[in-house]
Amino acid sequence: MTKTINLTLKIWRQKGSDTKGQLETYHAGNISTDMSFLEMIDIINEQLTLDGKNPISFDHDCREGICGMCGAVVNGRPHGSEKGTTLCQLHMRHFSDGDTVVIEPWRSKAFPVIKDLAVDRSAMDQIIQAGGYISVNTGGAPEANTTPIPQETAEIAMDAAACIGCGACVASCPNASAMLFAGAKISHLALLPQGKPEAAKRALAMVSKMDGLGFGNCANERECEAECPKEISITNIARLNREFIKAGFFSSIM
Amino acid sequence: MRLDAKIPGGPLTEKWDRHRFELKLVNPANKRNFDVIVVGTGLAGGSASASLAELGYNVKTFCIQDSPRRAHSIAAQGGINAAKNYKNEGDSIWRLFYDTIKGGDFRAREANVYRLAQVSNNIIDQCVSQGVPFARDYGGLLANRSFGGAQVSRTFYARGQTGQQLLLGAYSALMRQVADGQVTIFPRREMLDIVVINGQARGIVVRNLITGEIETHPAHAVVLSTGGYANTFFLSTNAMGCNVSAIFKAYKKGAGFSNPCFTQIHPTCIPVHGTYQSKLTLMSESLRNDGRVWVPKNPGDKRSPRQIPESERDYYLERKYPSFGNLVPRDVASRSSKHQCDQGKGVGNTGLAVYLDFADAIKRDGKSVIEQKYGNLFEMYEKITAEDPYETPMMTYPAVHYTMGGLYVDYNLMSTIDGLFVLGEANFSDHGANRLGASALMQGLADGYFIIPYTIGGYLAGTPLPEINTSRQAFLDAAQTAKDRTTKLLSINGNRTVDYYHRKLGLIMWDYCGMTRNDHGLMMARKMIQELREEFWENVIVPGANEEFNQSLERAGRVADFLEFGELMIIDALARKESCGCHFNEAYQTEENEAKRDDDNFKYVATWEFKGYEKEPVLHKEHLAFENVELTQRSYK
Repeated sequence: MTKTINLTLKIWRQKGSDTKGQLETYHAGNISTDMSFLEMIDIINEQLTLDGKNPISFDHDCREGICGMCGAVVNGRPHGSEKGTTLCQLHMRHFSDGDTVVIEPWRSKAFPVIKDLAVDRSAMDQIIQAGGYISVNTGGAPEANTTPIPQETAEIAMDAAACIGCGACVASCPNASAMLFAGAKISHLALLPQGKPEAAKRALAMVSKMDGLGFGNCANERECEAECPKEISITNIARLNREFIKAGFFSSIM
Repeated sequence: MRLDAKIPGGPLTEKWDRHRFELKLVNPANKRNFDVIVVGTGLAGGSASASLAELGYNVKTFCIQDSPRRAHSIAAQGGINAAKNYKNEGDSIWRLFYDTIKGGDFRAREANVYRLAQVSNNIIDQCVSQGVPFARDYGGLLANRSFGGAQVSRTFYARGQTGQQLLLGAYSALMRQVADGQVTIFPRREMLDIVVINGQARGIVVRNLITGEIETHPAHAVVLSTGGYANTFFLSTNAMGCNVSAIFKAYKKGAGFSNPCFTQIHPTCIPVHGTYQSKLTLMSESLRNDGRVWVPKNPGDKRSPRQIPESERDYYLERKYPSFGNLVPRDVASRSSKHQCDQGKGVGNTGLAVYLDFADAIKRDGKSVIEQKYGNLFEMYEKITAEDPYETPMMTYPAVHYTMGGLYVDYNLMSTIDGLFVLGEANFSDHGANRLGASALMQGLADGYFIIPYTIGGYLAGTPLPEINTSRQAFLDAAQTAKDRTTKLLSINGNRTVDYYHRKLGLIMWDYCGMTRNDHGLMMARKMIQELREEFWENVIVPGANEEFNQSLERAGRVADFLEFGELMIIDALARKESCGCHFNEAYQTEENEAKRDDDNFKYVATWEFKGYEKEPVLHKEHLAFENVELTQRSYK
């Protein structure tokens, strides 16, 4: 049932990457429970603009949970407390009248704050550049049905490939590790016959890039799996480790 | 402006082969001497950037998002068509070509559409090689499903995330080229102008969205793949950042704009539920494989859907179109929904919704089969509406989804400005007056992987391109114009926000230039937009400064362009005195309320030439020749 609620928001405001930020308090009144979380921030921003103040910067684009652009830590949890949900798909019906909601950006050494809730996640692109692909040029592909792939394998690969690259795994990890992100890509490609030839090289290159960029190591806290809006399984990290160890033992690339 | 489609001679089936042979080639060692700019990193831009870099060109790629992986192609749900005929149903390149031409209500070029169908199979091969995890049958071979406007199953899919998986494939190929140093990537940059020197596109002006700095970049050719303009309507299924600005700036610099009034309104979206709403969400067309569309037979029936007995339901698509049933093309399905709601048979609180019911499919196949096919879509629906579609039928209503119109391109995908190529949704080329489901992904990737790599070579090899640099006057002027406009937007300091104007514009467009149109409404709307635009430039408030991350400023620039462009859509709609595909002028309809074309007078591509701010644009026509298909009244009965 639609109703309206009133909330107190404490939102992180920070002018730029080299300035200090702080939490500021805003009142969100008459918020329809059918509204999405980002639509609530839209309303705050409309009012701030009319009051001659600077609206809150936050990244967002598709607003249907697939582009991976949005994300903030809501009451200590990346994308808020609903399981398997991006911030843009979080709806206000999950909040109660009178709640205080604390909204902060992703916090990680590898993700510097650009402004307010917007952060720079280009480090994730760099991890993919290190090897998150299959080396095939346009035009050289064989007929698509040449290599059958068992349905179950394709499904597990798809589970891993569903990662939207939002960075919630990094934001939730006490070590700010990107192992779930890297593990998902390494698993997706290593599971498929097309990705096997480069599997060893890929695992080594992506892990070493990740370390170089200042992401931490995995300590099996499993926070990433709990907070991932696409519910990517931590077994992908185990698969990453297997690929990494295999690569170390059996290849001369190391 | 002179339109020349440059369609190669010879039989339809041989044109592309022949053209590829006749196109000049750039020697492999010389490719490194050419710089190519690609704007946009969706399926078209991502695949073009990667493929051009693989050939050896120096590619500079720009996008407005923080990463090229986030372009809105990522949100495409249902699938991608190809003429593989894996199902042994009699599909063929010719059938895919025919379905696409007919689906577009005979307003697209035969040669382009045939080529699209020809390369469709290569796309699937390419994507599988990249590791796109398409759905597979138990035997491990690729699975297919059906989409609207076709009687064969030719749609390849990866759950309800096909666009995501295809885009991540193109993105990974792009990232590989970045690692190789063949592509330089410029994220969080917005194109503010195109630089034309001696009639040739030679560079762009962009704003760095983090610092506000205006940058100029030179090149030997520019490729625009910046998507469509559905956000003119404010509420659409497009991402919040989607905009017309890049192609509209090109239009103002001399690129013809074709068929701007052709806007696809998708039949099954989650209905509007509040005035605060920021966007609409699509429910994939693939759902119509198993979902049945219905409304109560009696207007004003407010019972809950499960209480309405079978005999008091009207499965109106199955009734009106027995051979295609629920899988009629999008324009037909959308108008039918509107027609039912206009008769008071709409459901839900607003009366602006119809049911999409899975009860029969769940009874027939079991819940687990339906879950496997559509699980993520059902989840998305439940997150937004708090209703469980396994238990209650979905409620859907049409929403703006895609734009068939776009910059005019010839067979080489080059616009009316030499050296300015346009790919994907940003061009007008392949979908006529209505796009069939699962054809947008096909076109984006066809353009990027398999067409531009050849045609851009033909241009670069055969065109004298003098050395230039960004100290040329044309670059300085374009940068100054961009700066002046930003300064102006920031200085108005009025009383209404950017979103206020955008919402108002959207309502005008939806009411008068939406699913149905009439001359009176269009003329009224034109005046309303002119007034709204005038008010915008006097009374908008854009907070902050240029030299910072300023999302209000970004939006202000885009909305300013929508306010001009919306009028062009209306001018185009007014000039087309017929109904075809998505363009439904109430004055031109059959007795059964279907779109009534006028092939004698309107069988052309309407291309508009910019003549100055607030001056009437000039119409140029490319007459379409149909030598291989018979023009018929489109029937899905």
